Amino acid sequence: MISVENIRKQFGGFAALGGVDLQIAKGEFVALLGPSGSGKTTLLRVIAGLEFQDSGVVRFDGEDVSDRPVAERGVGFVFQHYALFRHMKVADNVSFGLSVRKRGERPSARERRERADELLRLVHLEGLGDRYPAQLSGGQRQRVALARALAIQPQLLLLDEPFGALDAKVRKDLRRWLRELHSQMGLTSIFVTHDQEEALELADRVVVLNKGAIEQIGTPEQVYTQPATPFVASFVGENTVLPGGVHVRPHDLEITTDGGHAVVVDNVFRKGGVWRIEGMLQGTDTLVELDLDAAQAAPETGSTIHVRPIRASNFTG
Amino acid sequence: MTSPPVRPPRRRNVIPGFGLTFGISALWLSIIVLIPLATIFLRSAHMGLEQFIAVGLSPRALEAYRLSFGTAAAAGVVNAIFGVVVAWVLVRYDFIGKRLVGAIVDLPFALPTAVAGIALTAIYAPNGWIGQLFDPLGIRIAFTPIGITIALIFIGLPFVVRSVEPVLADLGRDVEEAAATLGASRWQTFSRVILPAIGPALLTGFALTFARGVGEYGSVIFIAGNIQGSTEIAPLLIVTQLEQYNYDGATAIAVVMLLVSFGVLLGINLSQVASRRRMGA
Repeated sequence: MISVENIRKQFGGFAALGGVDLQIAKGEFVALLGPSGSGKTTLLRVIAGLEFQDSGVVRFDGEDVSDRPVAERGVGFVFQHYALFRHMKVADNVSFGLSVRKRGERPSARERRERADELLRLVHLEGLGDRYPAQLSGGQRQRVALARALAIQPQLLLLDEPFGALDAKVRKDLRRWLRELHSQMGLTSIFVTHDQEEALELADRVVVLNKGAIEQIGTPEQVYTQPATPFVASFVGENTVLPGGVHVRPHDLEITTDGGHAVVVDNVFRKGGVWRIEGMLQGTDTLVELDLDAAQAAPETGSTIHVRPIRASNFTG
Repeated sequence: MTSPPVRPPRRRNVIPGFGLTFGISALWLSIIVLIPLATIFLRSAHMGLEQFIAVGLSPRALEAYRLSFGTAAAAGVVNAIFGVVVAWVLVRYDFIGKRLVGAIVDLPFALPTAVAGIALTAIYAPNGWIGQLFDPLGIRIAFTPIGITIALIFIGLPFVVRSVEPVLADLGRDVEEAAATLGASRWQTFSRVILPAIGPALLTGFALTFARGVGEYGSVIFIAGNIQGSTEIAPLLIVTQLEQYNYDGATAIAVVMLLVSFGVLLGINLSQVASRRRMGA
């Protein structure tokens, strides 16, 4: 179990983390979600030991590891830009963690190669062990990076925006595959992302960060349907703010014939199985987004419709 | 019926101008480097092999080569080690006066070499600031090969720093962090990850320091003492020959130096081609 207690970290005068508490159970897949500057990457790096907190404690299974250097924490870390060793073959990259072990614990060259091939099979890169990283695609490189991190058999796998540098299709494939790998290997994984869709799709639990503090911790379902703060409501998922601090999702608005909010439609387009209607709340400059079943007729651009929330979060308190 | 004329496919390149720029390069290299060097060979060619060997490979000349190439290599090695440290500090850390340090690194290039030679001699002479510390220990620096090496280290300092710096910057911190997360010690990270990555640039820096050191004259003659057979460098020997109007002798020594230097530089270049191919760049 990973336990983070009251972690504070300043960079110059900027408070990257202002007292963060977080508990992560064995086998969990947790997303740290937030905009840039929210402290999510700093938190991940503090857990890894790549950054040291100003105050607070990091515990692995109850043991304080705050002063333990990164090389002794035994965590697997995957970097956004892969950070592969360019001058080494793929197999040597993967087995690097084994080859730097102390003499007595170091597997032989042959064992290392076997282990590397095994891991490459696991990440579906069989037979590419003798290539150099420069000869692989972005998605392949990130899988090499993952295999390299897994070679040291970490209890904890940390991923810093692992799919950030990849294109949409590759990213989607890798996500699903990472999820499988996580359960298959019984890992505890924490990944950082600014992509709420990625967080909701992959994680068991989502930790939403903003300005160095945790806004909400919950399952993807909780974070999406019961946002704890206005920030979470607007950052996770699409969101319209109606008068009175009412946050409502596009699919939680319906068109009514009696009463409701008047909206002037200024754009309609198809978004998958629905019409996405964008308009302005009449007499204001509040953008309203609304999804309408594509089986129905779409309203004309320029027309005025009336909408009413079916379900909403109210933050006027 | 006639078919439309078929134009021969023209090779097109998005980066045009190879022919022109290659032509200019070849011409330029010829005027600046090859033709002057060729005259040296021409001059020595009419000597005849026996006379050439008698002068170019005389015991005195051999001593001078040994000294020149030996001290240049030693200076290259020392600069390779400390140049990497300096480059490292300049790339990886931010500190007050960083720009100033960066400018100091280039100073040896800007200074007239004779000035450097006189300054170094003053400091390392037995009664100089640093020389007097070593003199009681029986270590003489000025007027020995040690002094020559120090002068060559001084004038060659910028080469390694400036060739390694951009490669280190490009290497990125995350690669070092990756090595650390995998359990590598600082030394393992350096020797297994950083050193191989900067290796080609380091070798370039070494080669430049070496080449500069072999030909260096101005800064060395003051600190060398110029004792025949022990601190007489090859370039000085050439000048001595010239002063005695022995042009044949001077060119013979020059040819030998040229051939050795060219061989070393070519070897270093070839080894880099091999390593670059491996990195797939």
